[in-house]
Amino acid sequence: MTFDMLASQAFTGVSIFTILMLMALGLAIVFGLMGVINMAHGELMAMGAYCSYGTALFFHAYLPDLMDYYVFVGIALAFVVTSIFGYLLERGLIRFLYKRPLDTLLATWGLSLILQQIYRQFINSKEVEVPTVSWLRGAWQATEGVALPLSRLFIIGLAVVTAFAVWWLLFRTRWGLRIRAVTQNRTMAGAAGIDTNKVDAYTFALGCGLAGIAGSSFTMLASTGPTTGQQYIVDTFIVVVFGGVESLIGTIASAFIIGQMQSWFEFGMSGSMARASILLLVIVVLFFRPNGLFATKVRR
Amino acid sequence: MSNFNRRDFIKTSGTVAAGAIAAPMLNIRTAGAADSVKVGILHSLTGTIAIAEKSVVDAEMLAIEEINKAGGVMGAKIEAVVEDGASDWPTFAEKARKLLEKDKVAAVMGCYTSASRKAVLPVFEKLKGLLYYPTYYEGLEQSPNIMYTAQEATQSVIAAMEWLFKNKGKTFYMIGSDYIWPRTTIKIAKVTLARLGGKLVGEGYYPLGHIEFSSEINKIKAAKPDVILNCVVGGSNVAFFKQLTAAGITGKNQTILSLAVSEEEVSGIGADNTVGTLTCMGYFQSLKNPENEKFVKAFKAKYGANRVTGDTLSCGYTSVYLWKMAAEKAKSFEVEKVVAASANLEFAGPEGKIKFHGSNHHLWKHARIGAFRPDGQVDMIYESPLIEPNPFPKL
Amino acid sequence: MSMPRPSASRTAAESIRSERSFLAKASIPILAVLLLAALPLTLDIFRLGLAAKYLSLSFCAVGIVLIWGYGGILSLGQGVFFGLGSYMMAMFLKLESTGADSSAQALSSFFGSNLPDFMVWNSIETLPWWWEPFNHAWFTIPAILILPAVLAFVLAYANFRRRIGDVYFSIVTLALSAILAIVIIGQQGVTGGVNGINDFRTFLGINLDDDKVKVSMYYITCVLLLGCVMIGTFVLRSRLGKVLVAIRDREDRVRFSGYDPALFKAFIFAIAAVFSSIGGAMFTLQVGLASPSLVGIVPSVEMVIYAAVGGRLSLVGAVYGAVLVGYAKTFFSENFVEYWMYFIGGLFVVVVMFLPDGLAGLIDRIRGGGKPGASSGEPTPAREDGASPPPGAARLAGETGGAE
Repeated sequence: MTFDMLASQAFTGVSIFTILMLMALGLAIVFGLMGVINMAHGELMAMGAYCSYGTALFFHAYLPDLMDYYVFVGIALAFVVTSIFGYLLERGLIRFLYKRPLDTLLATWGLSLILQQIYRQFINSKEVEVPTVSWLRGAWQATEGVALPLSRLFIIGLAVVTAFAVWWLLFRTRWGLRIRAVTQNRTMAGAAGIDTNKVDAYTFALGCGLAGIAGSSFTMLASTGPTTGQQYIVDTFIVVVFGGVESLIGTIASAFIIGQMQSWFEFGMSGSMARASILLLVIVVLFFRPNGLFATKVRR
Repeated sequence: MSNFNRRDFIKTSGTVAAGAIAAPMLNIRTAGAADSVKVGILHSLTGTIAIAEKSVVDAEMLAIEEINKAGGVMGAKIEAVVEDGASDWPTFAEKARKLLEKDKVAAVMGCYTSASRKAVLPVFEKLKGLLYYPTYYEGLEQSPNIMYTAQEATQSVIAAMEWLFKNKGKTFYMIGSDYIWPRTTIKIAKVTLARLGGKLVGEGYYPLGHIEFSSEINKIKAAKPDVILNCVVGGSNVAFFKQLTAAGITGKNQTILSLAVSEEEVSGIGADNTVGTLTCMGYFQSLKNPENEKFVKAFKAKYGANRVTGDTLSCGYTSVYLWKMAAEKAKSFEVEKVVAASANLEFAGPEGKIKFHGSNHHLWKHARIGAFRPDGQVDMIYESPLIEPNPFPKL
Repeated sequence: MSMPRPSASRTAAESIRSERSFLAKASIPILAVLLLAALPLTLDIFRLGLAAKYLSLSFCAVGIVLIWGYGGILSLGQGVFFGLGSYMMAMFLKLESTGADSSAQALSSFFGSNLPDFMVWNSIETLPWWWEPFNHAWFTIPAILILPAVLAFVLAYANFRRRIGDVYFSIVTLALSAILAIVIIGQQGVTGGVNGINDFRTFLGINLDDDKVKVSMYYITCVLLLGCVMIGTFVLRSRLGKVLVAIRDREDRVRFSGYDPALFKAFIFAIAAVFSSIGGAMFTLQVGLASPSLVGIVPSVEMVIYAAVGGRLSLVGAVYGAVLVGYAKTFFSENFVEYWMYFIGGLFVVVVMFLPDGLAGLIDRIRGGGKPGASSGEPTPAREDGASPPPGAARLAGETGGAE
């Protein structure tokens, strides 16, 4: 294998890592911190993608001069729309189910079916085209043999910024303190005067908003259609669980490991077998580390 | 030699087919003077395949509407019974049974994936129903109760390979989704390539719905093929083309021929990402003939000016007319008679003149190769003469 | 994070008491009358075939009640075991059908091979060794019962020995079902790929298309299903069942008492796997195909939903749940083609929100005179159905109960 190949493959690994990380950050908060098994997470990502689509249509029709910058508006809009939806979802449905996490799985599965049908009926039963802005098309020729796709570089940047923002929010702000307090010990947090209901709703909304950002940015790489969410959901859960549900760092590390595995396995064998092997490896690792790679030690 | 074998087979199976349909017709109404006749429409309206199948339903409904406006079939108005296969094969079997047993439809237009067709095939054979199957598929099948109105694999891939080899290059990289159609198609392509003396420099298969192709693209870059033969299907195509474009591989600097990308798919992929790439189909919206112009105009009038047609839509639309013509020729809605009347039936449809094969239930068809334009339409580059359907190629 | 534990509010004693209440006692005979008399007398052969399909799926739901309702293990991989049973039966039927009728003979004489059709298309020259035993019924039928049990036991025991978390086990089973579906689709030469295996003619020489055979198959399914429900009831009433509920509610205490919870959990998981496998085999016999679309994640989650709709603590309820959801799907999709997904999606949300114990819970409540919480199975102080609990208070209770 030449140096060029090696470099391209390494870049692919990093790119898949950031994609998985973006997918999983939202779920890591919703599932990892709050314990809500949100099967509609993929549909929220699709919602983010449709926000990008809507923004692109709007810019195309009314602001054609600014078309090159619609992508930022699209991502921001996706965050706002999905987090508002997440807030309503938490208030209207999820909050009644905190005691029964496995039930949230069923309810959100039902919700995901409904959302899919809404997309199908009211937006388009087919995939829609979300244009990639002109300055993100093509590749940056790093060396003669190594070309790095700009859209992937953009997603890497976005993922780093998002991950940093989440870290800052959780560990450097008052809200983050409250969120961590509530997830660590709800009773004590409540006793200390934190409005736990409000914190729950905002945390859930944040997790959903992150799904929106991910979905919106993935329009550059993949399809946008009613069943787009289904493409993401399994990988997202695997990343979060593999890393250890209660650990954000674990999620990031697990995205890195799975991303690298995917990149190299797909290089070495057929795509189908690569996928089956990765899932199998995850099962084997979970056998040795039953609560994920980076689980906090607890006695059970 | 191989020809002899195939004929031999067709003869044998023809006898079998005759035997099977000679069984008493218990279920199908023997309508003659009835004022309406039921036709089933069985496609996925929900689930993952709905993306592709919903518009086929639109095309079939359009044909039914046109026929009804023009007085129906032998005076009988067509009453469409629409059922949802829900992208789930057992559901397809259930709905097929329902259409045949409960609704007693005279014919069914339906199915898109091979899996759904395989699931309903025993139902149609047992209940002596009649299915018109409007999707290009891998061949290797010939049921007495199914009429195959799109091209089987050899009718596009062999012509495409020969043309590519002659005009574009000798080394090929083949990539496909991981199921029977791409696998069979690529198999035929490989045999054809070996016969022509070209070289296969790589192949890859990905699960349906896969969205990460960057490793494969790195492999393609390393292999530097003259031609990429793309048998990826459905939503994966969007990812594949977007990622190819992002990696700097486009229709401008690389020959890419897709066997499962029509105008319909391009509306999801984005014309920017497909411009200059090639496609091989039996039908393009841009075909110049009066039947096609009428079809496209009627389709847009009914469903909206921004809608596009495509190969499967044209085949779905044609299917309804083929059934009507066969029924009129047979002067009966009985499956046995309609099937018999279909042999050698000619029809001038949106894709030009086509003709049923004498015995194997498939159509003689043109293979057409074209390049995508920036507006998502296709400029035809090559048109083959009518190709004989050969669902059981000797490889 | 508090441990996901369905209805952790119920104590062991209460669960068992509700299972023994009057209606519960009569519920199996009622089900038997419905299945064996009412349905066959009122339904035509087409609808009866549909009922048989739903009943085949309800085997999985019965198993899920055992492992989820009473064992606290949520498996999202019952499709794996359903698929194993289904595929083993399909392999046997396919081998029996291959070359048996004239059109298959035409095909095989053309290709010069009498392997199953999909192997021929994929240029497989000889039958893979692991297909060979499925030429024989004496191997196939025991294999359908034993293989999934062994596999499930080993998998579950290994994982529970490591004290894998509940959610992790769910995800492991989810990944398993994804793997099996991918492998089946990827190895189409020997598995039939995405098309599955279909087009069978006979089973041990019996013509499967015959209406009389279909009715008999239906009765066999019913009898097997009732057998499974009774085995389940027996298990739950035995000492094993009590230990199981105890494990669900306080695993550590059971362990301190000297039991090995992993062994119990693995055992019940194996039983559920066998139920699913039987269901899969009956499905293939009656619907006439084995397909990867019944192995993957979507069907596996749906099976859990059958159990949830029926009532996760009621074995009999699981059967009703599967049949009800199945009929709802058929009915809505026949009558409201465009809207049926809303109905189905809505059904799941409504059941979870307002009927946390499913149909069985609803019946309990009605029996209790309409006063919520007054019935035997619903201990008043710890009701958390989500109908209208004051969230703060409920969560407080939950946290103290779940933090370990």
